[in-house]
Amino acid sequence: MREIETGLVVEAVRELAISAAHDLEPDILDALLAARDRESSPLSRNVLELLIANADIASRERIPVCQDTGICTVFVSLGREVLVAGDLEEAVQEGVRRGYEEGFLRKSVCDPVTRKNTGTNTPAVVHIELVAGDRMAIRFLPKGCGSENMSSLAMLPPSAGLAGVVEYVVERVHGAGSNPCPPMVVGVGVGGTFEKAAIIAKKALLRPVGEANPRAEVAALEAEILARINANGQGVHGFGGNNTALAVHLDTFPTHIASLPVAVNIQCHAHRHKEVTL
Amino acid sequence: MSLLRYRPAFFDELKEIEVPFPGDALQTLTAGDLISLTGTIYTGRDQTHRRLCALLDEGKGLPVELAGQLLYYVGPSPARPGRVIGAAGPTTSYRMDTYTPQLLALGLQATLGKGARSLAVREAMREKGAVYLATIGGAGALLSQCIKSCEVVAFPDAGPEALFRMEVEAFPAVVINDVQGRDYYEMVAMARKAG
Repeated sequence: MREIETGLVVEAVRELAISAAHDLEPDILDALLAARDRESSPLSRNVLELLIANADIASRERIPVCQDTGICTVFVSLGREVLVAGDLEEAVQEGVRRGYEEGFLRKSVCDPVTRKNTGTNTPAVVHIELVAGDRMAIRFLPKGCGSENMSSLAMLPPSAGLAGVVEYVVERVHGAGSNPCPPMVVGVGVGGTFEKAAIIAKKALLRPVGEANPRAEVAALEAEILARINANGQGVHGFGGNNTALAVHLDTFPTHIASLPVAVNIQCHAHRHKEVTL
Repeated sequence: MSLLRYRPAFFDELKEIEVPFPGDALQTLTAGDLISLTGTIYTGRDQTHRRLCALLDEGKGLPVELAGQLLYYVGPSPARPGRVIGAAGPTTSYRMDTYTPQLLALGLQATLGKGARSLAVREAMREKGAVYLATIGGAGALLSQCIKSCEVVAFPDAGPEALFRMEVEAFPAVVINDVQGRDYYEMVAMARKAG
């Protein structure tokens, strides 16, 4: 067994929180640059230019990319040969608490009944899964709710088929209009159960932007949905053009013979995601 | 002089507007115009709206006179020491739709956020001669550099949801709904169908 101190987890999560808010990853920056280069609408091209300038300012001046520094989802892949000395879940929460306080990030988490802010941006939503090996991977996805609010889930009948899946995703994305800050990344979960579909849709957002699903027929579905989304010309922030979405990431899980769950998790262009392996 | 250090070239093409809007300045705005705002604005988002309208419902006065003013939907991130403000881009406007007609009735002249408004808000704006502007969601770092000062006017306990007064300079925006009742998002959609 390999032992990992919880203090190490606290520090790692703190750093992930701060860097996620300020430094966009190369995958999303490259996607924005590519979108600018193929943009057909002059206004949308200007706005993409502005978003690229914004990422540059954020990183250099240590100002968050977006003031909505989000509610945090943290996926921990814990090696079976790792012994965590202490409370892993609490260590993640403490890392979030410190990162949001020390990084001057906005605390946006509140009680759903009283709407009273918890004051720490915790609790984060933590998913811990056991994997092979003696390492611990932490993937950090803070998400603003302009985009999260536009997400949804349907329990389609199997007769709806793949055409029904495509139709549902495209309809949800078009219906969101400019609310979720397009150009967006669209995470889709197909199959599993009610909650599994939602989790795989969210997890799909962690794939490098634009990387296709390894299953050819699923990759084809991703390409079809992306083309349909961009064909209607809503574009960047609803200002027109061919970049409503930058990518569609669709993942699947076997489901019940009577069911076809589809979850759509919409992510904004300020697609903040970070990971570290301990 | 602009406070922006990294200034996209098209900023030079924006139509400069003073705020609060002098004289008939609002009448000169057309949906789709790219403008830059300089002057004083107020802010508010979900909690602020809930509290302002609760005060109105109780027949009480508001902590600030909104007649003739612009309300920006923003909840900034905290300022680092020595800075005016943290990131300060727009939040999604539709969540304020329930409250907006009540504030427009007081003479609020303009709102600034992102995303489309409800038909009820559009109708109330047309009746009152008010406009709705959008700025760029997810550009909070860049937009913060257009804010010269920021002070809490009311509801300090609401944190980022407090009501702030800001001095802005060359703050970029797009006119979405003008006083004639046009809607720029719809215009883009119609141009697409026609084209």
